[in-house]
Amino acid sequence: MSEFRLPLGEWVSLLVNWLQDDGSGIFEAIGTVVETFSGGIEDGLSAVPVWLFIGAVAALGLWRKGWAFAGFCVLAFGVIVTTGFWDQTVETLALIISATVISLLMGVPLGIWSASSKRVETIVRPTLDFMQTMPAFVYLIPAAMLFGLGRVPGVLATVIFSMPPAVRLTALGIRQVNKEQVEAGISFGCTPAQLLFKVQIPGAMPSILAGVNQTIMMALSMVIIASMVGAGGLGNDVLAGISRLDVGLGFESGLGVVLLAIMLDRLTESFGERRAKRPKRGS
Amino acid sequence: MEVVSEAQAPDTVSGEEGRVRSGAAAEDKLVVRNLYKIFGNRPEVALQMLREGRDKDEILKETGQVVGVRDASFTVKKGEIFVIMGLSGSGKSTLIRLLNRLIEPSAGEVVVDGVNVAAMSKSKLLEMRRHDMSMVFQSFALLPQRTVLDNAAFGLEVRGVARDERERRAMEVLDQVGLASFAKSYPAQLSGGMQQRVGLARALASNPSIMLMDEAFSALDPLRRTEMQDVLVNLQREHSRTVIFVSHDLDEALRIGDRICIMEGGRVVQVGTSDDILERPADDYVRAFFRGVDVSKYMTAGTVAQKEQVTIFDRPEELVGGIHAALERLRLYDRDYGFVLDQHQKVLGVVSVESLIRCRETGAHRLRDALLPELGATVPSSLPIEDLIRIVVASPCPLPVVDENGRYVGAVTKTVLLTKLSKGVAP
Repeated sequence: MSEFRLPLGEWVSLLVNWLQDDGSGIFEAIGTVVETFSGGIEDGLSAVPVWLFIGAVAALGLWRKGWAFAGFCVLAFGVIVTTGFWDQTVETLALIISATVISLLMGVPLGIWSASSKRVETIVRPTLDFMQTMPAFVYLIPAAMLFGLGRVPGVLATVIFSMPPAVRLTALGIRQVNKEQVEAGISFGCTPAQLLFKVQIPGAMPSILAGVNQTIMMALSMVIIASMVGAGGLGNDVLAGISRLDVGLGFESGLGVVLLAIMLDRLTESFGERRAKRPKRGS
Repeated sequence: MEVVSEAQAPDTVSGEEGRVRSGAAAEDKLVVRNLYKIFGNRPEVALQMLREGRDKDEILKETGQVVGVRDASFTVKKGEIFVIMGLSGSGKSTLIRLLNRLIEPSAGEVVVDGVNVAAMSKSKLLEMRRHDMSMVFQSFALLPQRTVLDNAAFGLEVRGVARDERERRAMEVLDQVGLASFAKSYPAQLSGGMQQRVGLARALASNPSIMLMDEAFSALDPLRRTEMQDVLVNLQREHSRTVIFVSHDLDEALRIGDRICIMEGGRVVQVGTSDDILERPADDYVRAFFRGVDVSKYMTAGTVAQKEQVTIFDRPEELVGGIHAALERLRLYDRDYGFVLDQHQKVLGVVSVESLIRCRETGAHRLRDALLPELGATVPSSLPIEDLIRIVVASPCPLPVVDENGRYVGAVTKTVLLTKLSKGVAP
């Protein structure tokens, strides 16, 4: 009995090998699309002059959160620029944006679908649990095998890791829309599509935006790990700091990650807050 | 001469009104025949059992199927306000949702203008909901992210009416309900009564011939409720719409209903004008509903006790300076007396403004020192109303009502008691 070992690992690697051999065309196509998309975003972001970039973020911060936060943004970028991590930060931000966009494009519709169908939900839920609890590093291995080293496996591993909250919170939001509001929609003659776009999605918006916020934060943490397959950005420096036991480098690049995280979190969160406030009744 | 014509005028009006109503009586707008709703995965089994004469509880126990509505049949005439009444759980909200198929009927027919809604195709049903039958909800169910105008125009928007046209029409109905100046506001900025006016405007915008109203005014305070009932009745008179109104409020049913349908346990017990039902109630349930004298027999101190009536103070022992706080609260709520409760909600006694002031002057700190020894006797919540009356009349202050564990459940004052009694006897 003790001699028997379930060769699960072998099966998975066989599967990946098979995908590598017979599905290379598909993966190449996916790779090209992702590479073009995320490369485009990075080129776009790095084409913006530093001062304009900082000014734009500060203005956004001023609009959403007020003077104090705008000041914080300027200060944070000041630290990033003067410690020499500007290019890496922009690279990381580009990775986050492309991974988040892909996650949302897949996650939000999947969330809507699983909110409306019990059967879909029973498949989606355990899958999401699997995606979230499997150690993040593990995705990197097949991703790198199928797509080679570089930005693409990094972005795709990040997508897998960061998509669950978008799906979950979208489904939750749709399910929590006031029952009588949905009934009102139906009773005034909404088709299923009208009901979705005029009643359910607007009603679920606060929850969906909370999902967007979560997705971005998950993407940020994964993008750092993804530097192990050569995704680039601040993660490279963190990794270099670890491998060289360079505390200073590790701290500086790590601080860049922290500052970026705070800004992204507060800004995206503020969009959800405002919408969440409106439905409250004042009498 | 003038006196005579004045006396005649209202007579003629009411005569005409009566004629309009009885004339309309000839035309059936909506006919419900043997309508059933079973909640669960095996409705046929439950239907079969119902036909065999088994009752609701048996079916639930044996099959897990819940009987929502059973064998409902009635006819609603064109232009009347038809009130469906019953206690919560009687199936009235389910019944009204079967009429526009928000809930799919399990068996039976809903015939509107000669067409069976229960057997309608999806597209026909959509057309009917868009043009002919609209609904008003208890919680208003406005869309919070839309302005009042966009909410009112919702039905027309769904129907595909162009923006200019639907906004013009929405302004028209908002004007009818007196909210034209709030068109650009959001629902959250309006009071409950105003929000329901928007709900009403939304339902009126598509100019439907039937309006379904599910406890539409139940969430409003009594004053607003009467006001909204007037709005509804006036609008209905002007356009002779057919209104089907679900309510659990007796006053409301008597006030606005041309005919009333009483439901109990998913069954329609009786349908008729309020006079019919008052004079010839079908059974004890209906009688208990309508005959105030009988109702007051079933009422006890617990059913009339009100929580808001008198201020309460918690945990007197720990309150240093509790006297000042107590005085402040009595002044704030403009009361002469207040109850003192301990942390287990047990009534310790009654304080008055005078006793508190006296205490403050003598320098006592504890709220207990201000208790009035001669007052503060409690009334058990099971005490029948007849016995309660004598005690309430004799008491100078509100009476605290307690449950079987001695916990405070509310208070009875002369005013509260009189209001409750007069309501019970009113019809």
